[in-house]
Formats: sequence, structure tokens, C-alpha cells
Amino acid sequence: MAEAVIRVSDLGKRYRLGSYVGDKTLRDSFTRLYTSMIGQFSKRRRPVSTAASDASEQLSPSSAAANKSEYIWALKNISFEIPRGEAVGIIGRNGSGKSTLLKVLSRITAPSEGYAEIRGRVGSLLEVGTGFHPDLTGRENIYLNGAILGMRKSEIEARFRDIVDFAEVGRFLDTPVKRYSSGMYVRLAFAVAAHLEPEILIVDEVLAVGDARFQQKCLGKMGSVANEGRTILFVSHNMNAVRRLCSSVVLLESGRMVEYGPTDQIIGKYLVTSGSGESSTFLLPPGQESAPGRGSFLRVYDEHGTPQSHFFVGERWTIAFEFEITVPLTRAVAAVSLMTIDNIAIVTYLSASKDVPAGKYKVVFHCDIPLSVCEVQLVASLFENDHRYYFESSGMVTIAERVKDSEVHRGPSTGLLASTARPPIESIV
Amino acid sequence: MEVSSVRNHANPTLMIRPERGWIPINVRELWQYRELFLTYAKRDIQVRYRQTVIGMGWAVVQPVTTMIVFTLFFGVLGNLPTQDVPAPLFYFSGILPWTLFAETVSRTSNSLINEAGILQKIYFPRLVIPLSSVFSPLVDFVFASLVLASLMIYYQYYPAISLLFLPVFLILEILLALGTGLWLCAINIEYRDVRYIVPFMLQIWMFASPIVYPVTFVPARYQTAYGLINPMAGILEGFKWSLLGVAPPSYLLFASAFIIIVIFVSGVFYFRYRESIFADVI
Repeated sequence: MAEAVIRVSDLGKRYRLGSYVGDKTLRDSFTRLYTSMIGQFSKRRRPVSTAASDASEQLSPSSAAANKSEYIWALKNISFEIPRGEAVGIIGRNGSGKSTLLKVLSRITAPSEGYAEIRGRVGSLLEVGTGFHPDLTGRENIYLNGAILGMRKSEIEARFRDIVDFAEVGRFLDTPVKRYSSGMYVRLAFAVAAHLEPEILIVDEVLAVGDARFQQKCLGKMGSVANEGRTILFVSHNMNAVRRLCSSVVLLESGRMVEYGPTDQIIGKYLVTSGSGESSTFLLPPGQESAPGRGSFLRVYDEHGTPQSHFFVGERWTIAFEFEITVPLTRAVAAVSLMTIDNIAIVTYLSASKDVPAGKYKVVFHCDIPLSVCEVQLVASLFENDHRYYFESSGMVTIAERVKDSEVHRGPSTGLLASTARPPIESIV
Repeated sequence: MEVSSVRNHANPTLMIRPERGWIPINVRELWQYRELFLTYAKRDIQVRYRQTVIGMGWAVVQPVTTMIVFTLFFGVLGNLPTQDVPAPLFYFSGILPWTLFAETVSRTSNSLINEAGILQKIYFPRLVIPLSSVFSPLVDFVFASLVLASLMIYYQYYPAISLLFLPVFLILEILLALGTGLWLCAINIEYRDVRYIVPFMLQIWMFASPIVYPVTFVPARYQTAYGLINPMAGILEGFKWSLLGVAPPSYLLFASAFIIIVIFVSGVFYFRYRESIFADVI
């Protein structure tokens, strides 16, 4: 194992809940100052006071109880080491502490306990385009953003052409960025950031921007950064991106580190656990105003009719789409599409077409497509003649690897399995 | 790149740990980020008058208008004494440094809030943001100085040797403005009341400073106290002396200088003390 460039030991970050966070006025603070002075006073009178790091532990039991409820540990007891040149993914559900961890490691916020040791120049990319000024031209913003990200002027000058080429904004270099299309803006922002060449790169979901082609380009760029032997820390909800980029993964859950290990293994585990406890009924938000009705919800069942949103590779499952229409439709067709997280349609199931009067309806689709390990989004839609009305749910169905079953081994990292029946490998004599 | 990587290998390991109490100022790190200072300064100056018709002209129009208003109301109508200096020149030599001060204080105190996005996403020494706020008002100051020079030529006031002291007063003034601004912007992060207090505070402060009246308006025995309470008094006295050769600085100036140093140093340390919570509470 190579030398550790990032060593995190018992790291914790605590936030205070409620009114303390956010806008508040001086009056609140005077009240707090008063209470804390009283607290200091009673603390001083205590015979023995250990140098505990957590102030609330030193308060009297009753106030400690009251105080503890005001705090939340966004991170707690995080320890790991990352060797030089490794690309490590950080995954976990929303609110599991991924972003907080990156913020602590990129020195934006200080930890509440523990420490992190970092060797080498850190570049962090928690959002592209921070520091861009709308009134400045593309050229001026490249210099401004580069400087904010920690590049020297000479470095920016040396890479200026590459940045402009990567961003594909050549002609608009002397136009203020506020007149850029959002795509151009994002491309330029990423281009500057991508040409920052630190020894350790910390990246947070930057890839959630731009069109599919540009996302691929960004991912490619990051991959080449990883291949150059630099250390990368990468937070993403996009399991395919994590799989492509990272050799190992840290899995966080409500601020605790669950596991740190090889990518495929940890992602498999994450997908298994993230499915459990989640709803299998997904409410559909109102669609376009012009829609002749609204989707009510989608329900997902396994083959025994048990509501579930988490399945193993090769399992059959069922989606029920319920909707309500306010005007009669001629030759209506209901549909449910399975999409990847990158919004690429995998498959669309259609109902038979039918003339339907206003009312409530339900269609049940049987999903028999063998999907490999992945997460799919469900998008319901309704066709009438040439119109298609979408009802996008936040529904996610997780397909995980069946770990126990020795027959089912890892599928391709994304997409479809050609068949669940697997022919044997035969030796040729 | 070569230079930077060599530099980085020399860098000791970075330790990230909880920060408590008074944090020393990392001068070395600030020095490493010197280019960012200049970039920020450049951005402020570039953005300042973009998409305006008269551009830098605004740096001149504003103080000149104030000077005309003062001359009409306090000079012609109020008939306040101007230490035998022509009223426009007297007022302008006070308005000029005051504008620099007021502009710097108000920009500095809002600087962190305006950079909230960056504060939550990118690390660099936070002091860069407020400290670089002084450059743009300074450029305005230089432009407005041309008006002062013209007025001096017009009224045939040629500077004496005392002009050599002008940089001293200028530096004191910048320290005072930054010190005040550092306190205010660190408080502003948590308490947005500051945003409403600042314009109002500056207005009162202006009339508490010897701009429309000479320092000698304050009785001699209260002069030192005046300089302590309002350090701008010492600065304005200094400016008028070095430019116009009126009443040389008294103890008042030393009282002001003392307070200025206190405000600046405490401002920097207070800022550092609060720095670790900026990203969390902004």
C-alpha cells in the first residue's frame, strides 16, 4: 500500500439545530451571552473540571439534556486512510454526511473533534462556477476563478488555451458571462476547475451539470486525472460514475462510516441497504397544466404482490400506475418508462390503447426485462394521439446483486443482462 | 507548475482539527495568496463601473456634488468658519478622505456576505475578502484627488513640506477603515442587523467628524477625548494640515492613532476567532 496522503482519524462535526443557524438578531445573542456567562460561572465553581472537548458535557445534567437535543452530529467517528494515487468514492443517502465530510476535508468548515491529515496540495470542487462574476467576460472570469481555486497566474496563463478549448467558448471569450447560455457557463466553469492540477482533488457531484455529452466529457477528464496518479475523493449519487472512476468507496450512513472497501462490493451493499425501508409507493406530482388529468401514484410490487422497491437481479416485478383524468380521452395509452439515473431510457412499457371517459384508472405492467445491478427511475406518462404527458416520480427501484446465490455473479456495470440464464464456459480441447 | 509543485513538497502536512480560542494570523499563507488579493482587487475595480455611461466619472461626480451642497448650505447659508480656506477647498479636502473611509467600511462590512457562495464552497484565507475591499475605493480616491489638485491650483494653494506626511494619514485611515470593517463583517455573518446599522452609523459618524467644521470647534480640553472617541478626527485633521497647511496635528492625532491600532489589531483577531464558524452560520 502506498503512503497515505489523507488520514482521517475520529473526525466529527457537530451542528447546532434550530434558531442558532441562519439569520438572527443581536437580541438573541445577548440572551445567549447571558446564559453562557451563567454557565461559565457555575462551571468555575465545580471542584474538578476535566478538559473535555464537548462543552455540553460540562453543564449540569438538566441543561445538558436540554442542550444535547439542540445538536446534531453530521459526522461522527470517521476514520480512514487514502493512499496516494487512489480514487475513492464517497456514497450514502441524502443527509448521510458526504458533503459535510468534503467540506471538512477542504477546510471550508472546521471539525468539532478528531483530525484529518493531508499531504499535498488540495484542490476542491464542491460546485462549479462559484466565484464567477456575471459582469466579467469569459476571459476575466477564467483568471478570477482560477485564482480563487488556488491557481497561480502563470499556471492559468499556461493552460489558458486548453481551458478555452475544453469549454468550447472561444468566440465568446470577451462577452460577459451573464450573457452566456447556461450550458456555456457551466462548461467554462468546469473547464477552469478541471485544469486545476492539485495532488489531491476533492469533487462533489459536479457532474450533475451540463448535457449528457458534456457529462461524459467531464467524467473522462476526471478519469484521466485519476490515471495521472493523483488522489481523488469523489462524492456522487451516480453509482455508474463512481464505479467508473473509483477503485474503492467509503459508505456513510447518518454521519457514521459504515464501510470502506472495494467499489463493487460496497456499492452492492449500499444498493441492498438503501432499498430497504424505502417506500414502494411513489406519489406523482401534477404534470403539465395542459394535461388532461393527473397521475396519482406508482406502486411497485414483487412477484408475490408484496410492495417493495428493491429487487435482486433476475427477479420479476410489477408496477401499478394509477391516474385520474378529467376529460375523456380518445385512444389513450398509459406508459411507464424505466430510466437510468442519467436520464437515459432503458425500456418503456405501454398499455393497450383505449377510448376512456373521465375517471380513475389503473394499469399494471409486468417488468420482465432482466436488469443488471442498477438504480432505475420510474417515469409515468400518458399519451393521447400525438401528445405525451409526463408524470415524473421521484421513485427509484434498486436492482441489487444476489450475494448468497452462487449462480448469480456480477453483471455488466450498467444496462441490461442479456439473459438470466447463463450458459456455462466450456473448455475447447 | 514546476514552481508550485516544488513549493508544495516543501509544505508541511496540513492538519485539520477543531479550532478554538484565538487563532494566530497565518502571514505565510496570506502571502501565498497574494495573487488572489490582486485578482479580487482587479475584479472589484473592473466590475465597479461596468455598464455605466460615465464610468470612473462617478468617482468624481459624487464627492463634487457633496462639496457643492456643503458649500451652499454650510458655507454660504450656514456661514460656518473654514479656517480661512476657501469653502469648496475646505470641504473637499474633508470629503475626499471621508469618502474613502465610508466606502471602504461599507464594502468591507458586506464583503463576506456577498461572497457567501464562495465561503461555503472554496477554501482560501478568509481575510483576503475583506482586506481586498480597500482597493476599489482607493482607485476612486486617486481619481477624486485630481479634483482636489485642480481646486488647489485654482485657489493657488501650493502644498508645503507637510504634504510628505500625507501617506502616513492615508495608511492610518486605511487601517481604521479595515479594522472597523473587519469587526463589522465578522459580526454581519451572524447578525444581519449590521447591514442596516452601517449606512446609518456612517452618516452619524460623518457629522461627528470635522468635515463641515474645523477641528478647533471642539474645545481644547476635549480634543484628546475627541480623538479617542472619533479617530477620524485625527485623520481629517492630518489630511487638512498636510494638504492646506492649517493647524498642525495636536495630541488629538496621537490619541486617534492609538485607537486606530487597537481597532485594527483587535479587528483582525476577532475576525480570525470567528472565522471557523463563517461557513456554518452564514
